[in-house]
Amino acid sequence: MTRRIVKGILIGAALLFFLVPIYWIVATSFKQWPDIFAIPPKFIFQSTMLHYKALFNLDLEEVAKFGQAGKSLFPPRFVNSIIIAGVSTLLSVTLGTFSAYAFSRFRVKGEGDLLFFILSTRMLPPIVVGIPFFVLYRTLGLIDTHVGLILIYMTFNLSFAVWLMKGFIDEIPKEFEEAAMVDGYTRWESFVKVVLPQALSGIAATAVFCLITAWNEFFFALILTSERARTAPPSIAAVQGTSGINWGQIAAGVTVFLFPVVIFTFLVRRYLARGLTFGVIKR
Amino acid sequence: MAEIVLENVVKNFGKVRALRGVTVEVKDGEFLVLLGPTGAGKTTTLRIVSGLEEPDEGKVYIDGQLMNGVAPRDRNCAFVFQNYILYPHMTVYDNLAFPLRSKLWRVEEDEIRRRIERVARVLKIEHLLRRKPDKLSGGEQQRVALGRAMVRNPRVFLMDEPLSNLDAKLREEMRVELKSLQKNLQATFFFVTHDHVEAMTLGDRVVVLNQGSVMQVGAPEVVYSRPANLFVARFVGTPEINLIPAEVMGETLRCKTMGTTWKLSEIPFFQEVRNIPSRVFMGIRPEDILLGQGDKFGEVYLVEDLGVDKVIRVKTDHTILRVRASQEAQFAVGERVPYLFRTEKLIFFDPVTEKLLG
Repeated sequence: MTRRIVKGILIGAALLFFLVPIYWIVATSFKQWPDIFAIPPKFIFQSTMLHYKALFNLDLEEVAKFGQAGKSLFPPRFVNSIIIAGVSTLLSVTLGTFSAYAFSRFRVKGEGDLLFFILSTRMLPPIVVGIPFFVLYRTLGLIDTHVGLILIYMTFNLSFAVWLMKGFIDEIPKEFEEAAMVDGYTRWESFVKVVLPQALSGIAATAVFCLITAWNEFFFALILTSERARTAPPSIAAVQGTSGINWGQIAAGVTVFLFPVVIFTFLVRRYLARGLTFGVIKR
Repeated sequence: MAEIVLENVVKNFGKVRALRGVTVEVKDGEFLVLLGPTGAGKTTTLRIVSGLEEPDEGKVYIDGQLMNGVAPRDRNCAFVFQNYILYPHMTVYDNLAFPLRSKLWRVEEDEIRRRIERVARVLKIEHLLRRKPDKLSGGEQQRVALGRAMVRNPRVFLMDEPLSNLDAKLREEMRVELKSLQKNLQATFFFVTHDHVEAMTLGDRVVVLNQGSVMQVGAPEVVYSRPANLFVARFVGTPEINLIPAEVMGETLRCKTMGTTWKLSEIPFFQEVRNIPSRVFMGIRPEDILLGQGDKFGEVYLVEDLGVDKVIRVKTDHTILRVRASQEAQFAVGERVPYLFRTEKLIFFDPVTEKLLG
């Protein structure tokens, strides 16, 4: 009994720790200006949709009264985020799955070295390669392009995807493809029909990780984009009103920004629970 | 149906020499068992026939056609894996239909259903067709795996220890069923096992493989009664054969470790075979030693009751003989018992070449 109470308290504390910031942001996005700054903080307040209207450029006249300078740039940048994070995730996971399959199934020369090399791209803090990338991108004309950010996110996530997927594919006995190949299928067909369905949970887990990384990425988005390809994170952070930092609109932006990842994770949750615990238990 | 010929097949994995020139012939409609200990190269042999591995040297023929370089899917072999390898995301029905749905065969769905129903009836798995493999017992999974091999009437069935994951009772049942299945289908079966009982009961012929080399090819009873060398003698049969070093001295055969001698005239082998080296290994199966008769004596060392019969260890000087005795036999540990070798059953090996003499 005491065990259950202690367990309940611990779970409650953990939930509190993780959920309070989210509550705070969501609550702030619905607060009116004075309530945002109120000390002590207000837990009961009159809610307003003002910040959301400002965010999506609805009812510009009313919004202007509260210190909004010009139009909000959030909608196009949110779309940029979806395109860039989505495409880069798709590419990382696809390429990662193929390379992981090759590493897992074929005798690749210098396999260990290659895998280490792939992983080593993760070892540099992004800030170290920030300036070289900026120069490189400027020369290649990739500054402020969707392709540019997609490429860099894909590169950074690929190492992760290869390693993660290799673990998942290693867990699938190679006899599955062999059985299919003896039964009249080509290697490609047996990969698609037999390996992929069994790797789905791994793919889902990898995709979630890649998506979150690309979705939240701030640094490269900040230095490599300015207008056309700018994503939501640097954009949200830069919201300034005429009277200081526009917290309400930032909170509204963050709240909207949370949704796609939550929705995606929710959609793949069926595979995820298995994927994240995969490899823990050996058959 | 088909015949398979392996000609001098060599396969290396890095520095490991898996097969060192294996020549095997599986006749049309034959149940050939490939028997050997772990690491003998049995599975590799099977994989080379199926095309999942290519030999480094040597040739593979199926029905007289050279198979080297031919993709597995174009060989029309069925492979039954040790752990069945049923596709977990498909129902039993879809598992069975899988080979027939490949682009290679292009079988109509109606025909697929007919064939699956027929196979399911034979294997008694009709009630399982809608289930997923993880909801099946080991024996049921085994049947489905067999069914998947049967649906497309392959030229040859390759089976890699398909019974070894089953419990003892089920294994025995499946053994009987497998044998009758093979006879009914009149199919060519190439069956790998490390279990010599399986090999003896299933095989029309047995190929004994050790360390990548063929030790002996022959009917089960020949492999048992006249093993080609010491390895085969030891590997086949439980309890293990008794192998006793002996010396030919004049007209007697002397077993130092047993502290006993035989007259050569008592042993038919020495009447029939000439040019026998002076030192030999004498082999006798546990059931060919009779307790309670004869003029030689030993001491009962251990009695194992196996239910059907008993295995009695008899100590004679420095040697412990394994003797198979009937269930009724009553012996107490420490008792002195007379024993008799059925001398007509004695076999002899050259201790240098380890080969069977005569």
